[in-house]
Amino acid sequence: MKDSAAKRIFITILGWLVALLLAFPIIWMVMTSFKTETDAISTPPLFVWHPTVASYAEVQERANYFSFALNSILISVGGSLLALAFSVPAAYAMAFHPTPRTRSTLLWMLSTKMLPPVGVLVPIYLLFSSLNILDTRGGLIIVYALMNLPIVVWMLFTFFKEVPREILEAGRMDGAGVWNEMRYLLMPLTLPGIASTGLLSLILCWNEAFWSLNLTSSAAAPLTTFIASFSSPEGLFFAKLSAASTIAVAPILIFGWLSQRQLVRGMTFGAVK
Amino acid sequence: MGPSVNRALYVSAGLSFLLAAGAARADTTLTVATVNNGDMVVMQKLSSQFESQHPDIHLRWVVLEENVLRQRVTTDIATHAGQFDVLTIGNYEVPIWARQGWLEPFENLPAAYDVDDLLGPVREGITYKGKLYGLPFYGESAMTYYRTDLFEKAGLKMPDAPTFAQVREFADKITNKDTQTYGICLRGKPGWGENMAFITPLVDAFGGQWFDASWKPTIDTPQWKSAVSWYVDIMKKDGPPGATSNGFNENLALFASGHCGMWMDATVAAGLLFDPKQSQVSKTTGFASFPTGEFKGGPTWLWSWNLGIPSSSKNVDAAKTFITWATSKDYIKLVAKENGWVAVPPGTRKSTYDNPDYQKAAPFSSFVLKAIESANPNGQTAHPRPYQGAQFVGIPEFQGIGTQVGQTIAGTLTGNTTIEQALKSAQSATERTMRQAGYPKAAEKEASK
Repeated sequence: MKDSAAKRIFITILGWLVALLLAFPIIWMVMTSFKTETDAISTPPLFVWHPTVASYAEVQERANYFSFALNSILISVGGSLLALAFSVPAAYAMAFHPTPRTRSTLLWMLSTKMLPPVGVLVPIYLLFSSLNILDTRGGLIIVYALMNLPIVVWMLFTFFKEVPREILEAGRMDGAGVWNEMRYLLMPLTLPGIASTGLLSLILCWNEAFWSLNLTSSAAAPLTTFIASFSSPEGLFFAKLSAASTIAVAPILIFGWLSQRQLVRGMTFGAVK
Repeated sequence: MGPSVNRALYVSAGLSFLLAAGAARADTTLTVATVNNGDMVVMQKLSSQFESQHPDIHLRWVVLEENVLRQRVTTDIATHAGQFDVLTIGNYEVPIWARQGWLEPFENLPAAYDVDDLLGPVREGITYKGKLYGLPFYGESAMTYYRTDLFEKAGLKMPDAPTFAQVREFADKITNKDTQTYGICLRGKPGWGENMAFITPLVDAFGGQWFDASWKPTIDTPQWKSAVSWYVDIMKKDGPPGATSNGFNENLALFASGHCGMWMDATVAAGLLFDPKQSQVSKTTGFASFPTGEFKGGPTWLWSWNLGIPSSSKNVDAAKTFITWATSKDYIKLVAKENGWVAVPPGTRKSTYDNPDYQKAAPFSSFVLKAIESANPNGQTAHPRPYQGAQFVGIPEFQGIGTQVGQTIAGTLTGNTTIEQALKSAQSATERTMRQAGYPKAAEKEASK
């Protein structure tokens, strides 16, 4: 009894320590954002200081945060929905109507993630340029959807595999077509999985920097380009960069916090039978 | 004249009027790609005045990190996508890009622009085959910053033009690691524009150079060894810990917070160190020239940020109007009026340095002017060289070579390799790169002229 109490305390402390370690960079970023530039670079680092919101004021004065945030929201949501729209039927076909090539197709899809994005930058840039979709939200939504497609298909495929075939067969016996099977049987049964896949895709889109930096300039620029614009080769910028980063990650942090139950539920979906 | 002809005339006259009115109202939006340096931020803030003077030209700003900007802009120009109308580019890129036909030349500049007022070395750095391919926004050389209070305490006096040998002596006397006071802070972060920007003029001063007249790398020579030994010895003994992470900003932070006795770096730091809002040592910072070595009068350091127009731009005339405004004497006066003379973009115009108000507001101005005028980017090294550039080599391959050699030299600071090993491997890597790039080639010799 005594042993288990001590063990519980130890595990709790360990849990808190790991959580603190993981959260420390974010905490430090938020602290730095309330410092002056000189305080931000002070050595040894300051843990007690006079907080100021000057960096936030300067960040807001120099760039219109809300237009970047709106682009981030539209592009991330659009990219995730588009990826899901293609992936649900694809994963359904692979899970319930597999062919001898299904497994290798899935592996091939995943293998496209192994190519460094810069390797296809020039062809994609040329394509965007000739289609006149450089610096447009639509263009970035397509790229984000394609970028996340392999992961989304894989995740949905594993969730769908957990659904007993008999349920779908019973539906078919009752006269349900493919669409009704997906709409009324498969999707309600795997909703936590689909939701968590969508959430993960949303987070990946929100944090993506390579394509957004290269394919947008101003009209469709999301928050990642907003953050990048505060890094300076000559001059102190840590406080301003931290302020920009804090307000850029705030929406997704809040969103993650609110949906954490859904995320965890989806991740462990089908783990216990 | 029949009624149908009359009707046609009226219609065509009406159309012409509409077209003319349309042309007069045709608004142009310029996309300006720039880096997040203090002077560019000021330009962005003041650009509303340009827009009110030119109601038909609107500006859209794309502020990017330096390396991202280079990558974006190169991709855009190479694919002729035409996303940008005005670019912020360094004097390393201007001649190389001009040679590729990527930039629009600036010809027939208005008399009021006073092109002869531009500082000679800065102007030469952005000229290719007699034409300007960018207009300088601000320029910099390098100089020595030191702490007057620490020098006084140690009973030392910094000469106006110190030598590297003297710097070594001073650093030894000032260093007090117990109080985290380091005799010297120098760039250690690897990169062609980072540690190599200091090492290149250091090697020149020790009588070395990057390539001999036939483009053969000369990194394994005794001159390089002496220069790199000076650097590694002083940094190990008197430098801050973890120096291989320190670039311009990190050293600026160290010096501004009172941890460095001396610092040799870009002249643009003078304004930042002099500003009490950004520096804790604004009252105790002294200035001197960049140190010299056995070989005197060679190239030291010259960098300028320029505004250029990519050949893919569809709004060349409007872009020229904006660039001539942003690099004009009137713009400098506008900055002085709005933010004070100390905040004006330095290192581009003689008239700025002749201005008594500027001299008063920026006591370091004479050092900066002297440093730029003696930077000598086209000058000779101890032995004849086939390339130009002060702290860089003006060939496209130098970004890769400089960064690779920079990494090798950073390895000697951390103690991973010996100086002999580092220079030997840097020599063979550079030989290989140059061979693969097809050197010596006539075109490059011609390009560097």
